[in-house]
Amino acid sequence: MISSRVITAVCYLLFAPFIIGLLDGFDRKISARMQGRKGPSVLQPFYDLKKLFEKEFLTANKIQLLMIRSYLFFIMLSGVIFFAGFDILLVVFSLSTAAMFLILASTSTHSPYSAQGTHRELVQIMSCEPMELLVAVGFYLAMGTFNVNEIAQGQMSPITFLPGFFVGFVFILTIKFRKSPFDIATSHHAHQEVIKGVTSEMVGKEYGMVTLAEWYENAILLGIVGLFFINSNPVSIVAAIVAILVVWFLEILIDNTSARVKWQLMLKLAWGVTIVAAGMNLFLLEIIRG
Amino acid sequence: MEMLVTALICLPFLWAILPAVIHNSKLRAFFVYLGCGIVIVLSIVTAVQWYLAGGQALDFDLPYSGLFDEVILYGDLLLMCLITYLSFKYKRGVISLLAIVQTLLVAGLEVFGPELPAQPALHFDWLTLIMILIIGVIGSAIGIYAVGYMHGYHIHHHKELTDRRSFFLAMIFVFFGAMFGLVLSQSLVWMYFFWEITSVTSFLLIGYTRTEEAVANSFKALWMNLLGGCGIAAAIAVGILGYGTVNLYDIIANAIASPADMLCLLPIACLAFAALTKSAQFPFSGWLLGAMVAPTPSSALLHSATMVKAGVYLLIRVSAAMADNYVGNMVALIGGFTFLVASCLAISVSDGKKVLAYSTISNLGLIVACTGCGYEETIWAAVFLVIFHAVSKSMLFQCVGAIENTTGSRDVEDMQGLASIFPKLACILMIGIAGMFLAPFGMLISKWAALKAFIDTNSVYVSTLMVMFICFGSATTMFYWTKWMSKILGASPREKSRDLTKKNEYISMFFHAVLVIALILGFPWLSQNVLKPLTNSMFGTDVQVISYQNIIIMIVLLVGIFVIPCLNYFMTKNQKAKQVITYMGGANAGDNMSFISSTGDAKEMHISNFYMEDIMGEKKLFTPAIMISTFIIIVYMIIVIGGAF
Repeated sequence: MISSRVITAVCYLLFAPFIIGLLDGFDRKISARMQGRKGPSVLQPFYDLKKLFEKEFLTANKIQLLMIRSYLFFIMLSGVIFFAGFDILLVVFSLSTAAMFLILASTSTHSPYSAQGTHRELVQIMSCEPMELLVAVGFYLAMGTFNVNEIAQGQMSPITFLPGFFVGFVFILTIKFRKSPFDIATSHHAHQEVIKGVTSEMVGKEYGMVTLAEWYENAILLGIVGLFFINSNPVSIVAAIVAILVVWFLEILIDNTSARVKWQLMLKLAWGVTIVAAGMNLFLLEIIRG
Repeated sequence: MEMLVTALICLPFLWAILPAVIHNSKLRAFFVYLGCGIVIVLSIVTAVQWYLAGGQALDFDLPYSGLFDEVILYGDLLLMCLITYLSFKYKRGVISLLAIVQTLLVAGLEVFGPELPAQPALHFDWLTLIMILIIGVIGSAIGIYAVGYMHGYHIHHHKELTDRRSFFLAMIFVFFGAMFGLVLSQSLVWMYFFWEITSVTSFLLIGYTRTEEAVANSFKALWMNLLGGCGIAAAIAVGILGYGTVNLYDIIANAIASPADMLCLLPIACLAFAALTKSAQFPFSGWLLGAMVAPTPSSALLHSATMVKAGVYLLIRVSAAMADNYVGNMVALIGGFTFLVASCLAISVSDGKKVLAYSTISNLGLIVACTGCGYEETIWAAVFLVIFHAVSKSMLFQCVGAIENTTGSRDVEDMQGLASIFPKLACILMIGIAGMFLAPFGMLISKWAALKAFIDTNSVYVSTLMVMFICFGSATTMFYWTKWMSKILGASPREKSRDLTKKNEYISMFFHAVLVIALILGFPWLSQNVLKPLTNSMFGTDVQVISYQNIIIMIVLLVGIFVIPCLNYFMTKNQKAKQVITYMGGANAGDNMSFISSTGDAKEMHISNFYMEDIMGEKKLFTPAIMISTFIIIVYMIIVIGGAF
């Protein structure tokens, strides 16, 4: 039992970047096809990452590197807590601690573009955090525990109790994955308005580490999507994987069919969806529980 | 024990005479240090002695108890006269009505009312222990800080103001005595007296500078706190006339014994109402914001570390009687609502002290919400937050005060790159901010426990609303702290300059910083040896609130947050890097601080934080918040009062 939890956590540390990197490669390919282009090889994200780590190290402030390394560490730690089956609420807290290091890394340079990106990133975090916490609350209500390994061993998949939470969570995933229409803090492509937002001043291996951290983070987020579908029956793992792929494809579709919105609208939409979808679900669950 | 406690209450009152009559600055400073030293030693000795004696709850009387009863009766009347005189002097006579009504009610019942059975007046248990240590240790450290700060305040910055330092320092000692008395009393009459003293000292200290704004704000604080006093007076009246007791613990036991009887719940509701005013919850938050005109030591001491905790203390006391009933629901809703709204408002202000004021209100809201829930987990969390908040917030206030004395501004926008100009001050500020909101410090543990408990609360509406309040409130809390932190750590356009902070200010601040770190490291010990006995004796159960596994994870997080950045610092220190300037679309003027403007010459670049005034601004949120919270309080009070008669 314990050893299987350790193995999952180690697998996460070893393979998460490969899986998410590969998904990222397919993402680019599919996006390109949607736009009528051929698109790069699916291994392109790995070539990019390799190139970033080989570049000369330029920096505007050396504190930045320290902060980014801490950011990467805390994201990996959150992932270990999640995949080793510990408390999901602590995963959320640990993720927001990690995010703070990214913010500090970005503002340490006193650069106008990264400052703008930082504040937008802060708004993004503020938009998402209530929903992330509510997801943890939802799992507790549905399964009676915060522990991921116990949630995964339930009689029924949590999604049967938590459809509203699922909708809300998929909504904020667009913000978390930095996809259009909510790619306001930084987008995958350097854009006139945001340059590269929060990552504007990160060069070479610094940017490589941020990319790696984002891959690790996306693995946790997709893991939470999967957790909605998993129960004690091993077949549910297939359902979880299918769900993850569907959600992932949906995000690509949204990315390619929408235009960036202002942060005010993003905040209102994210909080609105959280209150309506998750709030209603929460209220109904409470009533059922009595 | 009796002697120690007597000394603890009486000595500060008597010691207050010394700074009041000595006007030689050096000599007065010496006596203040000595007084603070004695208070620290006394409070620690009392606490240790009680702890070593086995930590059993004690009921006892002061020697000459009858004399003290007399003193308190006349003291009440004296306070009433003082308030009446001052409110007429400043042409706000109406306020004196509040004081006259409640004092005459209490004094009248005491003199002419039915004879009450003789009971011990004081009580000492785990909660008292914690409060005494907070008041004694944190309070005295602030007292030491005050000497240096007030010197700089008058000599360097506010030469136009009358120097009333003697009065200020004397008031601080009066306040110590009153707070000790308040947390030790089990007779409501005694508690009422000490409660009124804290209200009056707060009022006098807010009006310290005697400017028009200060006077207006001090009267605002006065009337709100007096309204709270009315709550205690009403509880005393109900206690005497209803069941012939003014003993707080009897009243609580009554309410627990017959939860359906609204008459038993009524005094609890009155006490809770009083506590809400003292803890500056909405709709009574205005007074705490106004109180920020007072010199920083009084903000740190009264308006964040100790006095506002008196309200929370009372709520924790009565919390067992509030589990899953109307009073508990009222308190929880007000607390949760305040937590969310105050943290939203904190986003929209840039005055450092005002951010701290809003965050104090917001944090107290979380504590109040925990007590309103009335479960073992939440009380555990509430006490934890009280301890963490007292230390971190008093440190933050002192630090902002020191920054203001040194740089001439306490605006967050002016703290750009503080870390490179005044590294010592910045370091203290960072520890304080981290202590306030980061994982795995106080806030996180409390939020974890509170969320769990609120999900399990019986009332569906309260449970749903509270969970939403906490989830949204913690998002907004993160926003305003992180943006402040990022201001401090950024690069600075200014050169290093002289730090005007006095040595005694640093002594106090470093002491607090060490205390914060000690608390974090000692958190499992604290939980096991102080908080667990506290909740167990309160609820008579033996429950491990936080699992062993989660303690381990929190310790890992904690080690991570200190060790990882340090480790990374050493690993990246010798990293070869090519220094480059930041990207400004090609308009750099040679460094990161300025750019080439459209006229062709270099201009300094200012980077400002987000304040979201059109979404979270005071103009937009404050009045609706007051209305909603007033509505909640009135509705629940009507339910309880109507049910009682």
